[in-house]
Amino acid sequence: MLDFTPKEIIERTSGGLINPAKTCQPIGAMYAALGIHKCLPHSHGSQGCCAYHRSHLTRHFRDPILASTSSFTEGASVFGGGANLKTAIKNVFAIYNPDVMAIHTTCLTETIGDDIPAFLGQAEIPEGKIVIHANTPSYVGSHITGFSNMTRGMVNYLSEAATETKKEQVNIIPGFVNPGDMREIKRLVRAMGINFIMFPDTSGVVDSPMTGKFEMFPQGGTTVKELKDTGNSKLTIVLGSFASTDAAIALERKCKVPAKTLKTPIGVKATDEFLMTLRNTFVTEIPYELEEERGQLVDIMVDTHHQFHGKKVAIFGDPDIVIALTEFVLSLGMVPVHVLTGTPGSTFEKEVKAMLLESGLKGNVKAAGDLFQFHQWIKNEPVDLIIGNTYGKYIARAEDIPLVRVGFPILDRSVHSYMPIVGYKGAMRLVEMISNALLERQDRDAADEDFELVM
Amino acid sequence: MAINEKDIDAILETYPAKVKRNRKKHIIVRDSSLAHQEIEANTRTIPGVITNRGCAYAGCKGVVLGPIKDIVHITHGPVGCGYYSWLTRRNKAKTPPDGKNYLAYCVTTDMQEKDIVFGGEKKLAQVIDEVVEIFKPNAITVSATCPVGLIGDDIGAVAKAAQEKHGIPVMAFSCEGYRGVSQSAGHHIANNGVLEWMVGRGEMTEAPAKYSINILGEYNIGGDAWEIHRILEDIGYHIISVASGDGAYQDLKNAHVADLNLVQCHRSINYIAEMLEIKYGTPWLKVNFIGIEATCRSLRDMALYFGDKELIDKTEEVIARELARIEPLMEQYRKICQGKTAFCFVGGSRGHHYQKLFADLGIETVLAGYEFAHRDDYEGRQVIPHIKVDADSKNIPELHVEPDPKFFKLKISPEKAEELKKKIPLSYYAGMNIEMKDGHIIIDDMNHFETEEFIRILKPDIFASGIKDKYIPHKMGIPSKQLHNYDYSGPYAGFNGAVKFAQDVTAMFTTPAWNFITPPWKSKPLLEGQYQK
Repeated sequence: MLDFTPKEIIERTSGGLINPAKTCQPIGAMYAALGIHKCLPHSHGSQGCCAYHRSHLTRHFRDPILASTSSFTEGASVFGGGANLKTAIKNVFAIYNPDVMAIHTTCLTETIGDDIPAFLGQAEIPEGKIVIHANTPSYVGSHITGFSNMTRGMVNYLSEAATETKKEQVNIIPGFVNPGDMREIKRLVRAMGINFIMFPDTSGVVDSPMTGKFEMFPQGGTTVKELKDTGNSKLTIVLGSFASTDAAIALERKCKVPAKTLKTPIGVKATDEFLMTLRNTFVTEIPYELEEERGQLVDIMVDTHHQFHGKKVAIFGDPDIVIALTEFVLSLGMVPVHVLTGTPGSTFEKEVKAMLLESGLKGNVKAAGDLFQFHQWIKNEPVDLIIGNTYGKYIARAEDIPLVRVGFPILDRSVHSYMPIVGYKGAMRLVEMISNALLERQDRDAADEDFELVM
Repeated sequence: MAINEKDIDAILETYPAKVKRNRKKHIIVRDSSLAHQEIEANTRTIPGVITNRGCAYAGCKGVVLGPIKDIVHITHGPVGCGYYSWLTRRNKAKTPPDGKNYLAYCVTTDMQEKDIVFGGEKKLAQVIDEVVEIFKPNAITVSATCPVGLIGDDIGAVAKAAQEKHGIPVMAFSCEGYRGVSQSAGHHIANNGVLEWMVGRGEMTEAPAKYSINILGEYNIGGDAWEIHRILEDIGYHIISVASGDGAYQDLKNAHVADLNLVQCHRSINYIAEMLEIKYGTPWLKVNFIGIEATCRSLRDMALYFGDKELIDKTEEVIARELARIEPLMEQYRKICQGKTAFCFVGGSRGHHYQKLFADLGIETVLAGYEFAHRDDYEGRQVIPHIKVDADSKNIPELHVEPDPKFFKLKISPEKAEELKKKIPLSYYAGMNIEMKDGHIIIDDMNHFETEEFIRILKPDIFASGIKDKYIPHKMGIPSKQLHNYDYSGPYAGFNGAVKFAQDVTAMFTTPAWNFITPPWKSKPLLEGQYQK
């Protein structure tokens, strides 16, 4: 398994990647667009992009992921994709009838310089229907950038400041997380009794129930009405800077809604910060229901600390998730020695290094890295645990290290997208996953005389 | 339920006029009383119509080249294309003794904005250097993604220079996603490269053993090729190479010495089969190892080709032994599957092949089609001279080959070949249509809307397609089987594969979960009471 990855660090200067830890913008844009109620994402490019993105999202969520494409041919690539896009818009509304069509571009259409707003100006868009777009060149950033760009597109096209004074409501941009996480974040805000608009919100879209009836546009997703109303909110809370800040900045500029950027609320500290921000902004006390959950989480962390304290861990994945996870494993007394994201961005390294420094630790930290490098790090400084997405399983097997699957994509296990890793409940789940993985390993490796009933 | 042209018109009524006119030509109701039924295929999907189709890159790097295990496959482009075609297709491969199996590695040039603006050739050359240093592969392929052709990177020149520098084959494939109308364009581009740069590079001049064959168009999804190998080797065949499941450049370069080429997936590999015949004198035989009856027939056809009594006897012996072993197993599954109906909409050949396996279980395929096939896959190869070559097909280079001066050798005489052609599909494929029953639907590039509509009307008991549409029938309460990747199961080929398939399909029908779709409170009133007189 991965036998060609040597321990000796090979300096690679080409800028190419071996086993990437990121993918391209359009899939993030497609995922974000699914978080709009009755929206059909549209991929403006070759068919293959749309097919790949739908396939990968479907594998992760195990739910229908529908999206259309401009089906480029060589002719369109030479003469521009205006005709293709206009035909697509006509057909999408005639055949599938969504409320919203959310167009994202691809490396093809960005390279040839297709001007989407100009095309939209010439397209026949049925009365009452909405078309939005985001530029998502695959050769910039990552899938997280694409999510961010489409979310900003929602603000650009739809947010309106209609009222003089802001409403007592908060916008929450959850970032590239699972619907299970979105549901949990909403539960926390509801428990606080605060009005909110979450956007995008893929819960109820990519985790839709089995009813015996297929709904092309299921019940979930942020409605256009809500998206418009985001301009009237008192505050936007950004959960994870990489995937969500740009939309909040756009909203601040466009509608004067102040924004506050927090970590993805993974772990006790980040969840505390999230709830404290809500408490301070809306002068609402944290209900006992949540205080009790927090107490349970801390109780668990104390009771089980011997299972993970001091264990070395390597974490990879999307920047917002990895930053928050690093903070959480530090709070468990674990030692993150390798921390990597495939998404570029210097603030990642800065933030993670600062957290490590605060704990008196040093580690390998890198943005825009790849899994070949991550594996080499592990070969040079072995760890007790890897936390990351499914692609980590090859390294985990090669090095015989347990893997806890967190993030996107998870292609070889199910149910994960329904279950939160955010909030106090999500943190409990993470503690369970981490300690189970470590204890399973301890059991597996124990000699008969060391194999114990009570651990 | 039977369906007629009128029903189809009613379905298409929702479409704008242009779409309606176009789609009507891609759907036929099978009618054997007609001399010939033509279907439109391998033409553009209309923008905005939700299709299952992918692109030329997916067909080239993803399907044909990707499974060749001792080659490092470099994707030249932004990160996504390489990423999505990395380990997602389930083309399994065993690591050979020299360790050269690179399938777990994804190498991409990860083009950035500056590469798009200033060109990516230098970066590609550097990546090739790094790959040679780290992996020391037997060969390297470079597959282009959309922007590469648009910005004019000359990957052929980069590959040529790298080949001279490193002394290993470096092969460039211009399989940009916008070429052609589907994956099919990529198959053709890859086929050209395999023939031009791989086959015939070896030094073998004679087949190393009796009954030497190549298996073409077998991708070893879920281990299919290994089950086929088990059976063929048991009979006494010697497999020289497989294109491309669990295949190796090391083996493919000697593919020219085989006595016979088997073609499993006609769509993705027929170009190579045809060119091998012209260049090296090796005929090809259309086989199908999906389904028990189909497997037996393919084995018998192969034996007939060689015409050797010993081989024919051994074939019958293996078939008898295998049938005796698996028939009792199949019988129990047949009890559950018998009388059910299926949709079978897969890529290029499985839409046809799997009908056989369904039939073995007593399941009738009432609708079938291909995602990216050509007319010959539906109507038979005799239509090839009549297929209009449109602008999209013209973009795919046709390789014109001639008999190889060094390696050409007629494997059988032309007279013998003509005689065999009367009995077996030698260098011929009759297509799917003639095997479909009257009243059943044949559909090309079926889209999401049509999927929903045909399910509504025909109510199949099982829907067989791929990952993108898998969960749509599920929501309707209809079992849905991925036949691109086998739902992470397999093998489904050969005798053992048939049993595994039967087991999996039966589980889909019988899993208790279907019984819980409707909550009990939907059928019970909130209050129950008795009327007292």
